[in-house]
Amino acid sequence: MSDTQIGWMGVTASLILVAIAVGLSLWQQLQLTRSMLWSSARAAVQLLLVGFALRLVLDSKASVWWVWLWVVVMIVFAGFTIRSRAKEIPGIFLLGTISMLTVVVVSLSVIFGFHIFPMQGRTIVPLAGMMIGNSMTSCVLVGRRIVGEFSDKRDEVEARLALGLSSSDASRPYVRSALRTALIPQIESTKAVGLVFLPGAMTGLVLAGVDAVDAVTVQLAIMYLILGSVATSVTVMGLGLTRQLFSSDHRMKPIARASH
Amino acid sequence: MLAIMGTGFNRGDEGVLLQFRAVSFSTPSGIELLHRVDLCVDHGAVTVLAGPSGAGKSTLLRLGNRLEVPSEGVVCFKGADLTALDPQRARRSVGMIFQRPIPFPGTVRSNLAVADASAADSAFVAVLRRVGLDPSILDRVADDLSGGEAQRMCIARTLLTKPEVILMDEPTSSLDPENRIGIEDLARELANEGIGVVWVSHDLSQVQRIADRIEVLIEGRNATPAETLEFLNQETEGEQ
Repeated sequence: MSDTQIGWMGVTASLILVAIAVGLSLWQQLQLTRSMLWSSARAAVQLLLVGFALRLVLDSKASVWWVWLWVVVMIVFAGFTIRSRAKEIPGIFLLGTISMLTVVVVSLSVIFGFHIFPMQGRTIVPLAGMMIGNSMTSCVLVGRRIVGEFSDKRDEVEARLALGLSSSDASRPYVRSALRTALIPQIESTKAVGLVFLPGAMTGLVLAGVDAVDAVTVQLAIMYLILGSVATSVTVMGLGLTRQLFSSDHRMKPIARASH
Repeated sequence: MLAIMGTGFNRGDEGVLLQFRAVSFSTPSGIELLHRVDLCVDHGAVTVLAGPSGAGKSTLLRLGNRLEVPSEGVVCFKGADLTALDPQRARRSVGMIFQRPIPFPGTVRSNLAVADASAADSAFVAVLRRVGLDPSILDRVADDLSGGEAQRMCIARTLLTKPEVILMDEPTSSLDPENRIGIEDLARELANEGIGVVWVSHDLSQVQRIADRIEVLIEGRNATPAETLEFLNQETEGEQ
């Protein structure tokens, strides 16, 4: 066992920190004890299942098609997750799935096209997972924001349409505002990296014994890819959703207000 | 002043600028808001659309500006079915002024540029003068305008699209009496310039001041002549 493999004893020992969290919850009567225990147990089961499945998929003797199948499942699952978080948005499953597919195609094309990482199972799955995971939240945010903006400012949008503007021109200021809202958190987190927090990939590499500067270059590439992925996904979602909220003759469809 | 009252001024296509022919409209949930409504709008006349709340007056205007399409019947602009025309061009020909002024974020200039991005400042100055606003307000933030100024700016914005008809949905309902009269005079001037004006109003004294024609809607349909008289008399009695 290398010094970065913590083994079952290490995992068991880290449960002390869960015990501390549970203790604090009990002391302060937060009524979160059950949730904490459930989420910790659920995370363990989910990650162990993923770990064993990844071991099979990433086996050097396994076909690379298993890896791509894994990515497809991730994309579809992300579509379902986006729908479950924003059920009130019409057609959100299809739009979310298309956004995630676009993100994966664009980001992996750049990653492997420019040989940033070698195209192997051990790079495809985690990188696609990171792009999808980060883009999912932003997609939900931009979807809800657009529906909210169009619902609150319907009179403004219709006043623009009434002047003879196309639906894309009439909606542009509101879509722009929604895209900015969805992208700013990612930009802020990119700005703060290293100063406020050390990101996961870099921390993992350092813990695994990789040289700190090498870990930083990997992390930088990932951060830039995530920024690009989030921008791509929110743009696809934003423009796709806007198109869906108007008829082909530039009339605004009825919109159900997003519940928060 | 009133020339014609009631039942949609039924007649042929000749000389009619905007015509609603047996227009019905239902919501997506199936509620019928308009039932076989007729209305003719001519050049250079102010047509007042009156009726109780919920009679479908605003919905009828939205059909005229192509923000909605009829479930049945047709809306014709110069004899052509509005749904067969390019919707953007149709909306520029049949302008719409909403009940409350709707200034867009930014200055008066940027508001006017939404209607015509290629227009020079001289065109903005001219249209502001036409609606009775001082051109010096071009750089003012539109949200800072008074209610009357904002509604005039909205009219100026619509005039930049060179409409032949302007649909005005109770445009003075949120204004004080002085601004109310000012906007009425402006509507009359626009009609005198040849524009067909449709004006929705609840206010009978206002109707008497500005209407060349009156059409009353009741429960989504044209009122009969007897119902029209009864409605207008009720309004008069209510005011006494």
